[in-house]
Amino acid sequence: MFDDFFIRALVAGIGIAFVTGPLGCFVVWRRLSYFGDTLAHSALLGVTMAYTFDLNIAISVFLISSVIALILIQLQKKTNLPGDALLGLLAHSSLAVGLVVIGFLTFIRFDIMGLLFGDILAVTTDDLFVIWTGGALILIVLKLIWKALLASTVNYELAEAEGLNPDRAKAIFTILMAAVIAISIKMVGLLLITGMLIIPAAMARNISDSPQKMVLFSIIGGLLSVILGLYSSLEFNTSSGPSIIAAALILFILSLFKIKQSIKLKN
Amino acid sequence: MNSNNNILVKLNNAGFRQSKKWLVEGVSLTVEKGKIVTLIGPNGSGKSTTAKIALGIYKNIEGSVEKYTTKVGYVPQKISIDWTLPIRVYDFMLLTETIEDSAIDEALSLTGVIHLKNKNLGSLSGGEFQRVLIARAISKKPELLVLDEPVQGVDYTGEIALYELIKKISDTLNCGILLISHDLHMVMTATDHVVCLNGHVCCSGSPIDVAKNNEYKALFGEKASQILTTYEHKHDHVHSDEGEIKKN
Repeated sequence: MFDDFFIRALVAGIGIAFVTGPLGCFVVWRRLSYFGDTLAHSALLGVTMAYTFDLNIAISVFLISSVIALILIQLQKKTNLPGDALLGLLAHSSLAVGLVVIGFLTFIRFDIMGLLFGDILAVTTDDLFVIWTGGALILIVLKLIWKALLASTVNYELAEAEGLNPDRAKAIFTILMAAVIAISIKMVGLLLITGMLIIPAAMARNISDSPQKMVLFSIIGGLLSVILGLYSSLEFNTSSGPSIIAAALILFILSLFKIKQSIKLKN
Repeated sequence: MNSNNNILVKLNNAGFRQSKKWLVEGVSLTVEKGKIVTLIGPNGSGKSTTAKIALGIYKNIEGSVEKYTTKVGYVPQKISIDWTLPIRVYDFMLLTETIEDSAIDEALSLTGVIHLKNKNLGSLSGGEFQRVLIARAISKKPELLVLDEPVQGVDYTGEIALYELIKKISDTLNCGILLISHDLHMVMTATDHVVCLNGHVCCSGSPIDVAKNNEYKALFGEKASQILTTYEHKHDHVHSDEGEIKKN
């Protein structure tokens, strides 16, 4: 069944959409879009490390992204630079270092376009295993920290006062972000992963009135984007990542009509 | 029963310093089951800080806090919610603990906002939101309730009703309440213990003792100790940035 590259891509994309849906909601709620971007950029370094030391790409990306996240937290504590400047610094320097390292790896044929924008042909059966088991683990952990994370998103002091340990939830969430980027990089590409996190969640915000509904619509939006995007990439011979994100954008634009209606009703 | 078993939270000479400035220092107080302890004092006297020390929100404190309960309900003084998150009153009630629908309805009815159950939190007025905050804190049947100016923005009749409700909750749930209030009438009639703060503990004791205290009179005016309802600020001292006391 998984012999066909298109079926593999579809199964991989569906697995990713289940994970990026809920995580993307927290990215939107906690204003972490640029943070996700930074981790994704650092993923290039992770990929080059994987090639250099012959490691699994997902594990290598996960490790490098986690390290970058830890460096960010340290820099935030020790410098007076604003968060967005630090994120920019880490995003672009890790991307640059990654590209420089690729330059040294002349013995490997590197598909940089595939890495940046996702490659439908690159998904293997092993990748499917990584995506689905990794994705299931991410969702289980997210379920465990859901209450603490949501409560501290609403109000940090309330969560802290009522014994929910928001700092721990935040640290775990950071690791989950690194993990979701690690499992989805081959499929969506490192420049577009953040789009997969944000666009379905933003679409869901327009049509939801509760956190749970927003998570649900975000997952549905992600699934539809994957299916529509992949079929159109097959039809029009376009690359998979951009096609998925373009499909997500179309869904977002459609959701704007719903928002207009509800505003009209209020007036 | 040993009276120590009734202690919910105990502050021992506690203080908190933020960027070299003492927000409050040397506070000792005990909240016991079924008792209402009220913090009074002028703006910036460290009332909210004391509450946050008791709640464990501030961690690098001087002195110590002993906490004997994890069932805590908290109504913060100000709460800013980011409306990128869609959230209804109903979702907000379940924020920190899963409770039954009947308990949610009961709490919302008690504070008079049951009709807002499915409204978006962002669409509430200040007073309505305050009532929801109180409902949320009491719905989880806490052992310790910390209320930081819980009736701000609530209309006058509502204010009285809510204070009566707070008193009733303390009796029925047998929970300890740490209350911050500007309403001296409430403070003097329903409170078991009053702590008067001004960067440090000016005086503390039963409402009657405090009302007779000279430092209290200096802080709130002679009238406050006589009719107990007039709120008049007369300070005999101010605090410099370093926290030193300067006599007027």
